[in-house]
Amino acid sequence: MLAYSLRSLAQGALVLVAVAFIAFSMFRFVGDPVVNMLGQEATLQDRRELTERLGLDAPFPVQFARFIGNAARGEFGVSYRQGRKVSDLIRERLPATLELALLSAIFATGAGILLGVYAAINRDGFLSNLVMTGSLVGVSLPTFLIGIGLIYVFAVELRWLPSFGRGETVALGWWNTGLLTDSGRKSLIMPVLTLGFFQLTLIMRLVRAEMLEVMRAEFIRFARARGVGERTIQLRHALRNTLIPVVTIAGLQLGSVIAFAIVTETVFQWPGLGALFVNAVQFADVPVMAAYLMFVAAVFVVVNLIVDLTYFALDPRLRSGARLAKGH
Amino acid sequence: MSFTTRAVLVALAATTMLAAAEARTLKWARAGDSLTLDPHAQNEGPTHTLAHHLYEPLIIRDHTGKQMPALATSWAITADPNVWEFKLRQGVKFHDGADFDADDVVFSLERAMQPTSDMKGLLTSIEKVTKVDAFTVQIRTKGPNPLLPNNLGDLFIMDKGWAEKNNVTKVQDFKNKEENFAVRNANGTGPFMLVSREPDVKTVMKRNENYWGKGQVPLEITEIIYTPIKADATRVAALLSGDVDFVQDLPVQDIERLRQDKKLKVNSGPENRTIFFGFNVGDADLKSDNVDGKNPFADLRVRQAMNMAVNRQAIQRVVMRGESVPTGIIMPPFVNGWTKELDAAPAVDVAAAKKLLADAGYPNGFQTTLHCPNDRYVNDEAICQAVVGMWGAIGIKVNLVSQSKSIHFTLLQKQPPESDFYMLGWGVPTFDSDYIFSFLYHTRAGSRGSWNATRYSNPEIDKLIQTLSAETDLAKRNATIAQIWAKLKADTVYIPVHHQALSYGMKAEFDIPVDVSNQPKLKFVSFKRS
Repeated sequence: MLAYSLRSLAQGALVLVAVAFIAFSMFRFVGDPVVNMLGQEATLQDRRELTERLGLDAPFPVQFARFIGNAARGEFGVSYRQGRKVSDLIRERLPATLELALLSAIFATGAGILLGVYAAINRDGFLSNLVMTGSLVGVSLPTFLIGIGLIYVFAVELRWLPSFGRGETVALGWWNTGLLTDSGRKSLIMPVLTLGFFQLTLIMRLVRAEMLEVMRAEFIRFARARGVGERTIQLRHALRNTLIPVVTIAGLQLGSVIAFAIVTETVFQWPGLGALFVNAVQFADVPVMAAYLMFVAAVFVVVNLIVDLTYFALDPRLRSGARLAKGH
Repeated sequence: MSFTTRAVLVALAATTMLAAAEARTLKWARAGDSLTLDPHAQNEGPTHTLAHHLYEPLIIRDHTGKQMPALATSWAITADPNVWEFKLRQGVKFHDGADFDADDVVFSLERAMQPTSDMKGLLTSIEKVTKVDAFTVQIRTKGPNPLLPNNLGDLFIMDKGWAEKNNVTKVQDFKNKEENFAVRNANGTGPFMLVSREPDVKTVMKRNENYWGKGQVPLEITEIIYTPIKADATRVAALLSGDVDFVQDLPVQDIERLRQDKKLKVNSGPENRTIFFGFNVGDADLKSDNVDGKNPFADLRVRQAMNMAVNRQAIQRVVMRGESVPTGIIMPPFVNGWTKELDAAPAVDVAAAKKLLADAGYPNGFQTTLHCPNDRYVNDEAICQAVVGMWGAIGIKVNLVSQSKSIHFTLLQKQPPESDFYMLGWGVPTFDSDYIFSFLYHTRAGSRGSWNATRYSNPEIDKLIQTLSAETDLAKRNATIAQIWAKLKADTVYIPVHHQALSYGMKAEFDIPVDVSNQPKLKFVSFKRS
């Protein structure tokens, strides 16, 4: 298992370099940051000077090598837009995104599994059909619309929840949390629902389909024949066997929830990494874009690794296989 | 409960109620945040707007664009036409208690002229800033500059001592990989003091109780909470739900609905920004058209025909929902040099336009490519789509390329420019025609013509433009301005479309007028007495 983890890490490093390369070759297409950095009175001479000062006149391979060299030392430069260290910006924004993403993932996975199991057990029940139809809406509505819809209902009409932002936050060391204040928790509700809704429907449909599949398997029939209670069959034997693909999907989805909270963060003016990235793209703020994309790649690598390790925990066959392999 | 405790409680309650009546918070939202609190690091609208609350310039403009004394009380040209003298306001203190005097002015202007400053472009005419006495400063220019005060409206004064103490005497150089203290901290003389700042999230300011202008301006707001909200729909929702009190950058499609709401108020007015199209009028042949060996845009008749084909009223009504002022000149009405005659646009006349095209040798029109930004001006892309149809009606087939401003402006900034036909918007911070001539019409050379991507180059006009910066006789100068405009308008180098209009939405208890530079200054705001 250690060898396996090490191999995964090496692969991960390769992925990061590849992502950096692709990202870097794309930056030419987002425009010239110098145009945004200088006011309209700047002369052509001023632009040339700034371009040189930023090293943007160097050929692509040189710029890329410089970036990789700095990134390896954890140095991502200063934001062209805000004049602040990129590492500071990412560190400040990370808690907001992580809190949002983790709560969404918990909400999506928990509710998704519950609803999925319910829909599988009561296949033709009225409520199951309602849930299934509702999930179609979740899959087909764009996140943006769901967010705006929630804002209009709960913030503008009912005035129960704040329409934007993160509310009051409390600093625990460098981690800023919104979970400890009333306004912070209230602010979380709509973004979490919005971000988690798509994942929820996905997980629910997956759990239902898998569960139906497993319920037809031989060992379930044996269990029934042996007189094991229906609840025990459903919740202990069937559910457990449906969870492996669900963990894979939920895990990978967690990566994308963190990485692509961009839309939700923009709709709710959530001060996370996604919002940071959107502003950076518009300004052609290369240091921030590069660091963000590296971060996202790293998240995917780590999540994948964790998902792989979770298999070991969930599937006894893999575990005994590993032990066996060690014995040789 | 004993009598005394009750008495204390009652007294406490009374004082908190009193405080509540006194405390007047304004929650303010717009699309983007200030980029930095360093007053000389970015020459950009939202950045200056926030800075106007913390820092002050020598001369400030009110919402109509009229100049008013701020840290300078009077200013005049001395016997030497190259020297301006500014008398400074006495008894002003910075937020940290330090005294304001001539040393701070000399320091700040010199700081703004450093190579890494983004404000230096406005100060290129200055040779030297000198202190005469504690409250008098002289500015020597490289030649007579009768309009120097026009360039000082966004040049903020910092405290020399504070800057030295915090190691921010230099404007941030992006080559250094460190943040500068002035990026998130401020010590100005402005009507509000910084309480906290989280860039892109929230900036809190409280009233400066020692402000020199107390009694001269309303200054009724005790606290400002400034939050950028990027998504249009969310920003409007925040106003509707009462989470914010004052919103800039209202999407035009929502304005009518907000006007209907009795709890809200919408103020509209013209902005200091004109939207127009420019062509490559200089090259002998264009790559972006389907005409070989010729440049159709070099022919005045083609430009006139295209100007005639633009239905500005339709754009105002349909695309802008009334939130624009159609025009025939790249100059808002409050700029020196504006006349009603110049402002007039030709009547829409498709038949005449077609005839002009036929006379020019294009009876069947031609094909070309238009570059357009899609995230810079109000409904920029929609305006482009509309005019493409209008030019189609006279036989000119236009391919539209809309892209983000970072890419669009790069095309225009390249030398030679990489666009033959483009949209641009222009504001005039100095409120004088010279600024328009220098950047949009002068041949691209040296510090002039940097936004002239048309390749228009007229030595006679260039010479006239150059005389403007040194002419001290204002009547004579204005005559030259009129002369230049007459020629430029006849040459139809650009096709002006409209002046952008601005709308601010707010709770009905406020009345914040639209600021022509889109830099609302909240010290001027009073509450409605109910």
